[in-house]
Amino acid sequence: MTAAVFFGCTFIAFGPAISLFLFTIAREPLRVIFLIAGAFFWLVSLLLASLVWFISVQISNKESTSQQKGLLIFGVVLSVLLQETFRFAYYKLLKKANEGLLALSQEETMPISIQQLAYVSGLGFGFMSGAFSVVNILADSVGPGTVGIHGDSQHYFLSSAFMTMAIILLHMFWGVIFFDGCEKQRWFVVAAVVVSHLVVSCLTFQNPQYVSSLVPTYIIMLSMGIWAFYTAGGSLRNLKLCLTCKDKDFLLANHRPR
Amino acid sequence: MVIMESALFTRSVMMKLKNGSSRVAGVAVVVPSANPPQGFSPHNKCPNENSGVYSESYGPTLAHCNTTVWNPLGNGLSYEEFDFPIFSLKDDNDTQLIKQCYVDHNRPVNGSDPQYPLCAMQLFSHMSAVTNTATCMRRNTNGFTFSPESICEPLGDHNIWAPAKPLNTTQKGHKAGESMVMATARLDSRSFFSEIGPGAESAASGLITLLAAAHALRNATQEAQLSRTIFYTFFHGETFDYIGSSRMVYDMEKNQFPIDLDNVHSVLEIGQVGLFSSSKVWLHTDPVSRRNGSVEEEVKKLVSNLQTAAKGLNVSVEEPGVTQPLPPSSLQRFLRARPFPGVVIQDYSSSFANMYYQSMFDNADSLKMSYPPNLTPEEQLNYVTDTAKSLAELATMVARALFVQAGGEESQVSAIKADELLVSRMLYSFVIASNNSWIQELVSSESAAQLINETANFYISVERQTSLPTVLVQHLLANLTGSTANVTQEDCKNQRENQDDKESKHLYSYSWVQGAAPPNSTERKGFCVRSTVHGTKALSPAFELEDYNSKDYSTWTESNWKQIKGRIFLVASHDLEMLTLGLGIAVLLTSLLLTYVMSSKADILFSTGREPTSATY
Repeated sequence: MTAAVFFGCTFIAFGPAISLFLFTIAREPLRVIFLIAGAFFWLVSLLLASLVWFISVQISNKESTSQQKGLLIFGVVLSVLLQETFRFAYYKLLKKANEGLLALSQEETMPISIQQLAYVSGLGFGFMSGAFSVVNILADSVGPGTVGIHGDSQHYFLSSAFMTMAIILLHMFWGVIFFDGCEKQRWFVVAAVVVSHLVVSCLTFQNPQYVSSLVPTYIIMLSMGIWAFYTAGGSLRNLKLCLTCKDKDFLLANHRPR
Repeated sequence: MVIMESALFTRSVMMKLKNGSSRVAGVAVVVPSANPPQGFSPHNKCPNENSGVYSESYGPTLAHCNTTVWNPLGNGLSYEEFDFPIFSLKDDNDTQLIKQCYVDHNRPVNGSDPQYPLCAMQLFSHMSAVTNTATCMRRNTNGFTFSPESICEPLGDHNIWAPAKPLNTTQKGHKAGESMVMATARLDSRSFFSEIGPGAESAASGLITLLAAAHALRNATQEAQLSRTIFYTFFHGETFDYIGSSRMVYDMEKNQFPIDLDNVHSVLEIGQVGLFSSSKVWLHTDPVSRRNGSVEEEVKKLVSNLQTAAKGLNVSVEEPGVTQPLPPSSLQRFLRARPFPGVVIQDYSSSFANMYYQSMFDNADSLKMSYPPNLTPEEQLNYVTDTAKSLAELATMVARALFVQAGGEESQVSAIKADELLVSRMLYSFVIASNNSWIQELVSSESAAQLINETANFYISVERQTSLPTVLVQHLLANLTGSTANVTQEDCKNQRENQDDKESKHLYSYSWVQGAAPPNSTERKGFCVRSTVHGTKALSPAFELEDYNSKDYSTWTESNWKQIKGRIFLVASHDLEMLTLGLGIAVLLTSLLLTYVMSSKADILFSTGREPTSATY
């Protein structure tokens, strides 16, 4: 649709992710490395899922639309399961790596905690997932036209961008929750992550009724966000403390040594 | 973007679009399947008025169509400058899609403006040329840089000619004792749109008649001893201010041609002859040159030869009874050099019978050429239409008149007869489809790739592209006036009869043609054709002289262009686009702010409820 739409959609889709990267990850080389490794793991899961899908499409009947639709649903479900499997595999790898890193480094404490790893790996998954979701759409949005000559909705670009933003943030929240669940051996937590991922992916089959796919996705994202916040150690009290500016320095300032 | 039916493609509408507002970005014209009955000609009313022979110094009362307007239907659209692209669309599924898109999105409902998203069209036809030929040729960087880039190229092709008797073509300049009767026709036409140039009546009719006459004269000219030689010539580029004929006259004047102007005795030109109704053709002559006594005598002799030849045939000839100039014809360029006796045969007396002169409608319907329904292409190729019959009669007349003009005996003319089937096949090949079995046998294998399944495009195009009519006429003339030579393929390609032959290449030209496949095999059996057919460059002398502002010679050039394509899509409203951009910037700024705040307070937010440990009391 022109450069305005291109930049608008890019900022919508990647705005939160970029700002998270800039402020929390960019300064720490170790976090950058784990972010990229996480992205790579997501990429491998996608590769496997697409291989299976490609082969099954080739051997299927290309004429029957119901078969193709069924194949698509199968592909989506398989991809989600594979992504979560690879998240688990990354968790296992990180646990082993952490022990090795500790043995190698001079310090006594771990250079990066498992919670931070959860956050970083989730964000890595999110970046790669978002990129694959939306980059083609962004490339097409630069041209002068918009979607709709065959009757489709013209809000395609906008809703794709919002969906991508939700997916990136969701991946980050899922990362945190998943790793915490694995640490504490709470398997229902892991199952909840997988189920909510499936739900969000299957909601996209509602498109082009964008409202009915976006609104539930955002509701799920908010609830996941709150869950991840609590998992990461946040609480309502901390939030109140922060918001009313009764933070550490302020407290200290009130407790000057007499 | 305007999309219009061809009924609206008139001068008044196009001028309004051009001058009216600057908001017209392009025009697409839907081409109908039937010709408009009222006629259409985008050429000028007075074709080639400044490049012919009539001017202030030569027949001033006759110049600029003062006495008679040759092309009254001409609206001059082809010679107007448009700032926007104008495309022609066939009336097929894609065009239906465009119309449907308009109906769905762009049509105002109940007088109110249509709502976004609106249907939009983009037409790409980038032309590199600028201003005019002089500026554009100056800006060509050919020969100046390592990567020469030309933005416009001169129009050019080849003139095809063949003397009826072999002539030493390597020796240029005057040939002592040779007197030539030039029998000429034009090879080119055009229309408003590129790639479409059917030219059935304006070009094909004349050249087919001349080819048929040349074939009819083949045996007669070889057997009889004629005092003058008939010189068949086909000029290219006559539409664009006589490129071919001006070049040949120039070459003759500069002794660059195997004969020169002193060798030319008289000129008989065949113009537009496809529509001669009531079987009458008109013989046009130049009144100014006829004031000269000797020229007048020769013209009278030529006219009477034509009239005698027409006796006993289904053709009658007549001279227009009034004093009027020559119609636009190659003879005018010869007359610019010196007064020659010449006659131009046309099917009209005072204005064109062709209602579609130089337009995309000058096709088989314009010639009133029709085939019975349900014929296969092979059957159509061999079906003799009425048009073919009349052209064959005319060709017989022309052949007999040429024979007598060249000094032949009157008693021997009855054997000279044009072949109707040949004329029908030629008409089919030029006007319907050149990729047929007959033509496939006559052309060389390199040229066979150029044959197409639709009407030939008679537009001259630039010099490095040889147009299809040139290729067809070259091979046809060789086949119809030449003979099969019992020569190997290698010798044939090297222009010799055998290993030791050094003389034949000066007199003849040899060409190896595909031939037919024998009944029980698929490999074509080629053979060598020996003929006197040659082609010389038809590039305006202005480009040889590098005089790009020349008033004497044609200075037409064609722009270089990039890929030509078009597409349709919907465009969203500007407001929606700005909203998207605003939303994006808002999301980005909000997330930056939030993230900064959260990351600076991270140890508070994500602690597990411990008291700040560094507080001391």
